[in-house]
Amino acid sequence: MKKFFSTSYLVLLLVMLYAPIIIIAIFSFTESKVLGNWTGFSAELYTSLFSGGVSDRLIDAIKNTFLIAFVAATVSTLLGSVAAIGINDLRYRKRRVVNFVNNIPILNPDIITGISLFLLFVSLGITQGHATVILAHIAFCTPYVVLSVMPRLVQMNPNIYEAALDLGATPMQAMRRVILPEIRPGMISGFILAFTLSIDDFAVTIFTNGTDGLETLSTFIYADARKGGLTPELRALSTIILVVVLLLLVVVNYRAARQAKRAEEQAKQIKNYSRR
Amino acid sequence: MGRLVKFFSRRRSWSLPYVLFLAVFVVAPLVLIMIYAFQAEDGGFSIENFDKFVHQREAINTFIYSIGIALITTMICILLGYPAAYILSKMRASTARVVVMLFILPMWINVLVRTLATVALFDFLMLPLGEGALIFGMVYNFLPFMIYPIYNVLQKMDRSLIEAAEDLGATPRQVFSKVIFPLSMPGVVSGVMMVFMPTISTFAIAELLTMNNIKLFGTTIQENINNGMWHYGAALSFIMLIIIGLTTLFSGSSSEDGTNEGGLL
Repeated sequence: MKKFFSTSYLVLLLVMLYAPIIIIAIFSFTESKVLGNWTGFSAELYTSLFSGGVSDRLIDAIKNTFLIAFVAATVSTLLGSVAAIGINDLRYRKRRVVNFVNNIPILNPDIITGISLFLLFVSLGITQGHATVILAHIAFCTPYVVLSVMPRLVQMNPNIYEAALDLGATPMQAMRRVILPEIRPGMISGFILAFTLSIDDFAVTIFTNGTDGLETLSTFIYADARKGGLTPELRALSTIILVVVLLLLVVVNYRAARQAKRAEEQAKQIKNYSRR
Repeated sequence: MGRLVKFFSRRRSWSLPYVLFLAVFVVAPLVLIMIYAFQAEDGGFSIENFDKFVHQREAINTFIYSIGIALITTMICILLGYPAAYILSKMRASTARVVVMLFILPMWINVLVRTLATVALFDFLMLPLGEGALIFGMVYNFLPFMIYPIYNVLQKMDRSLIEAAEDLGATPRQVFSKVIFPLSMPGVVSGVMMVFMPTISTFAIAELLTMNNIKLFGTTIQENINNGMWHYGAALSFIMLIIIGLTTLFSGSSSEDGTNEGGLL
């Protein structure tokens, strides 16, 4: 009985969270210009999205979004991982200071990050465009990469690295053979997180994209919404993104579950073997 | 060259590029906000921007109103999110992981698209757009940020403490109020940090959810910056920075050494 209540509570919350998204998904199969107005089933929005039925402005915005996210996530992952290795080796005082500054962009609301970077670019006289948006995204993504790599370094046995050096590995070899395999999962989740944050960002982008009309999906939608409505094709695009991410998650989870099972079986075998 | 190679063969030197990056892209911009905030339009030092804020009825009202909305949103998020996190922490780890994923998944849809969909949902249910929609939208947007850190803390909690309390004769209610809840406070604190400040400062979301009828502090800041009132906008941002600083101090800087529990996602 208790279990029934707790399960239904979670289901209820999820229904609430998903209700708006389900509405988008349902209404991506009708042509109506206004979200919430059903004018019969049609896959028109999907075909129009892929056959050039949408404005070049939207296509550019989509391209920009993914380009910016990819570059920003890649650079943040490299910068953040190298930084985490370095920070972990700093002495206590310095490490605390760097970690404190690293947490600032995470605690700061987007709008403050956006405005502060806007003021920076303005005072340096840098023309705002692709470069400034990418730099800004790197600035707010890298701290998350550092945070996701750091625990793996902290948990690592420091003697392994020293042992590699004692056994004649150069520092670079020790880095590649010992530290890199250890932090790789943290780097991957850091990359994914950075990519997600960058795609979803609106507040930082709008303050750093300049006046040359550089648009990402977020700024495009914002401009669109202020004119009174969402471009219908975006319903189809959002649905596609949702399904793709859902599939990816299922695959990742399935693989993780299989790996866990295999590890368990191996452990059992070893146990049996040692008993003999 | 040789010296450079030697320098970077020490691991701690690897933090240098990022330290420089932080100095330019995090510290310097914040210092700039402060400088702009204490500058008059002609560039001299002055506190006229703050004077303007204190004497402008509308800005002050928006500010107080935003804090109120943020408090309500945060409370609702705790009330809804804590039980969810607690239930999740009791589940089998593999099931819990899937459900946590489900809570995070909506964040892949662009936040503005989700907001517009919320507007459509309210239209569909014939509910008026306004304060109610605003709070629903905020809770909807920020609830996962409350659930995740609390879940994280609860899940890592030392079971033997709970068992010890039970062995010593505590009732289930006492176990919760004297052991589990106090131990989960760090998660609640990082959840509050992840919900409270963003709620005050969102701008687009509030605009869309209330048909531009209700303004939050974020909108005020954005409007000023957009209209070229950089100094005044910077002063308003500075006020927000101070609140952030205060809440961080208040929450007892739960971020020990970058490996903090909340970590987020």
